[in-house]
Amino acid sequence: MIRLEKRPQPSQGWVIGGPILAVVLTMIAGGVMFAALGSDPLEAIRIIFWDPLFSERFASYSRPQLLVKAGPLILIAIGLSLGFRAGIWNIGAEGQYIVGAICGAGFGLAFYPSESPLIFPGMVLAGLLGGFLWSMIPALLKVYARTNEILVSLLLVYVAEAMLASAATGWLRNPEGSGFPGSRNLSRHPGTNNPELIDGTGMHWGVLAAFIAVIAAYVLMNRHILGYQIKLAGQAPRAARFGGVSPARLVLLCMGASGALAGAAGLFEVSGPAGQITIDFNVGYGFTAIIVAFLGRLNPIGILLAGMLMALTFIGGELAQLMLGLPAPSIQAFQGMLLFFLLALDVLANYRVKWGREAAA
Amino acid sequence: MIIDPVTLIVALVTVSTPVLLAAIGELVVEKSGVLNLGVEGMMIMGAVCGFIAAHETGSPTLAFLAGMAGGAALSLIFAVLTQFLMANQVASGLALTLFGLGLAALLGVAYPGQPVPDVAKPFPEAIREIEVIGPILFSHDLVTYLAVALVAAVWLVLTRTRTGLIIRAVGESHDAAHALGYKVVRIRILAILFGGACAGLGGAFLSVVRVENWIEGMTAGAGWIALALVVFASWKPGRVLLGAWLFGGIAALQLRLQAAEIGVPVALLDASPYLVTIIVLVLMSSDRTRAALNAPAALGRVFHASS
Repeated sequence: MIRLEKRPQPSQGWVIGGPILAVVLTMIAGGVMFAALGSDPLEAIRIIFWDPLFSERFASYSRPQLLVKAGPLILIAIGLSLGFRAGIWNIGAEGQYIVGAICGAGFGLAFYPSESPLIFPGMVLAGLLGGFLWSMIPALLKVYARTNEILVSLLLVYVAEAMLASAATGWLRNPEGSGFPGSRNLSRHPGTNNPELIDGTGMHWGVLAAFIAVIAAYVLMNRHILGYQIKLAGQAPRAARFGGVSPARLVLLCMGASGALAGAAGLFEVSGPAGQITIDFNVGYGFTAIIVAFLGRLNPIGILLAGMLMALTFIGGELAQLMLGLPAPSIQAFQGMLLFFLLALDVLANYRVKWGREAAA
Repeated sequence: MIIDPVTLIVALVTVSTPVLLAAIGELVVEKSGVLNLGVEGMMIMGAVCGFIAAHETGSPTLAFLAGMAGGAALSLIFAVLTQFLMANQVASGLALTLFGLGLAALLGVAYPGQPVPDVAKPFPEAIREIEVIGPILFSHDLVTYLAVALVAAVWLVLTRTRTGLIIRAVGESHDAAHALGYKVVRIRILAILFGGACAGLGGAFLSVVRVENWIEGMTAGAGWIALALVVFASWKPGRVLLGAWLFGGIAALQLRLQAAEIGVPVALLDASPYLVTIIVLVLMSSDRTRAALNAPAALGRVFHASS
C-alpha cells in the first residue's frame, strides 16, 4: 500500500531534481511515441537534443537559432511567472504578443520610409504599450467586475487573431505588395529592423531584453518588497491581505508586466526573425511560454534554462521533420508530455512516499 | 439583406450543440469541486477520434463512441494528475489543452478532406418539412436532442437524487464528505471522466456532423467558451442551455452577416462570439451575491485525506 505524507517544507532536492527527471521521462515516453510513428526512437531523440548543437552538418545553422527561439519564450515566461507566483493566471500571452507586434509595427510603418534611429526605440515602446493595454482588459475586469482572468485573457487571444488577420490583409498591408497579404518587410528596412547584434549568434535586441528581464525578475523576487508580496499573495492570500498587500494592485502589476513583456516579444519577433506582419506570424510562443514558466519552476534562472531547452525542442523538432519525416504536431505533443511529467513529479517535492499501512495513532 | 429567422434558429441549435455538450459535462465536474481547464483539449481529441472512426468504419454510432472515448481517455490523465498526484488543477488543465491540441493534430495528419458517412436524421422527412415547426423542432440530429435531454438529466440528477447530493457535497466540502465516508477521489474521477466523454462527444459532433471534415485546431476556442458558459450559468444546468443558444445565435448570425457583406468589418464579426462571451461573463460575475452563492465552495482545491 502506497501512502503520501505531506512534507512540512517542499524538498529542495526534488524541486531541482523534478524537472531533470521530467525531461528524462519525456525523452523515454517521446521515444515510444516516435517508435509508434515508425522512426528509430534513439535517432529521433539524438536529432532533437544533440544534432542542433553538435552535429557538423547542422550546428552552424541551428546554434544561432537557439537564442532566436529562446529569446521570446524567456521574455514572455518571465512576465507570466510573476503572476503565476501570485495566483494570477494570465494565459492570453499569445494575444498580447500579437497586439504588441501590431502596435510596434504600426508605429514603425507610420513613419515609413524614415530611417531615423529614433524609430526602433519608439516601436519597442509601442510594442510594450500594446501588450500592456491588451492585458489591462482582463486585469481591470478582474479588479472591478471580479471576472475570471483565465477565461477573459484566453478569449482575447481569438479577438487578437481576428485583428491580426484584418491588419495583415487590410490596414497594414504592403501597398507595394501587389495585393498579397502581409505588411512591408520591417527587417529589411534600416530604421525599423531588429538586426543580429553579433554575427552568427542569433543575438538580437529581444534576446538582450530577455536576459535583462531575467536579471530584473531575479532582483525583484529576491531583493524587493514587491517580490515578497507576490510570493506571499500566492502562498497565503489571506495573510497577505491582513499584511496590507492590495490584491487589486498585484493583479494590475502582474498582468501589466506580463502583457508588456509579451508585447515587446511580439515586436522584436516581427521586426527581426519573422520580418513582417502576416496572418500567421505568431507560432504559439505565448502558449509554449506557459510550459517554460512551469519547467523553470517560476524561478528566473530556471526559466532561462527552460527557455533554452524548449527552444532546442523547437529546432530539433524542425530537424526531425526534415530528416525523419516526423509530422510537425508530434513536437507539440512532446512538449505537452513534458508538462505532464513535470506536474506529476511535483508530488515528490511536496509529499513523502511511504510504503505499508499507516501506524495506528 | 434578408436573414431567414427559421434557418437562423436551425443553425443556432446546430452551432450550439458541441459547446452545450462540453459545458454540461464541465458543469458536473465543477459541481464535484474540480476545475478542469482542459475542455478545449478533450473536445479536439473527441473531434479527431470521432472523425477517424467515422471515416474508417463508416458508422456514425461508432464515431460518437470513439469521440467520447477519446475525450474520456485524455481526461483520465488529468484525473490521475490532480486526484492521485495532487497537482495544481489550473496548470494540469492547461497542460491537457496544450497536449490535446498537439496529439489531435498528430493523429489527424492524414485525415483532412477525407469523406465521412452522412448521419441519418431521427425524424422522417414528412415531419421535417412541416412549415416553420418542422425545421425548428424536428430537423436536427440525434446528438442534438441527446444534448438537450442530457441537460435535463443532469439537472434532475443534481437536484433531485441522492447521487446528485453526494456530488454536490463533495464539491462544497470535501473534508466533510470524506468524514461522512464518501470516496471523494473516486467520485471526482468519475465526474472528470463524464466531463471528458461529454466534451469528446461535442468534438465528434463538430467534426463528423457540423463541419464534416477534420481541420487542425478546428474547435477554435469552443472549449474555452464552454468553460465561460458554466460561470455564466452560475452552475445551473438550465442556464447552460440558454447560454449555449445565445452563443450559437451570435455565431450563426455573424456568419450570415459576413455572407451578406454589410458594412461591418469582418474582423469584428469574427471576434463577436468571443467578445459577447466576455461581455456576458462580466455582467454575470459583477453581481457579487449571485456569483458567490453558486460557485462550489471547494472548486479547484486539492483534497488530501490526512486520516
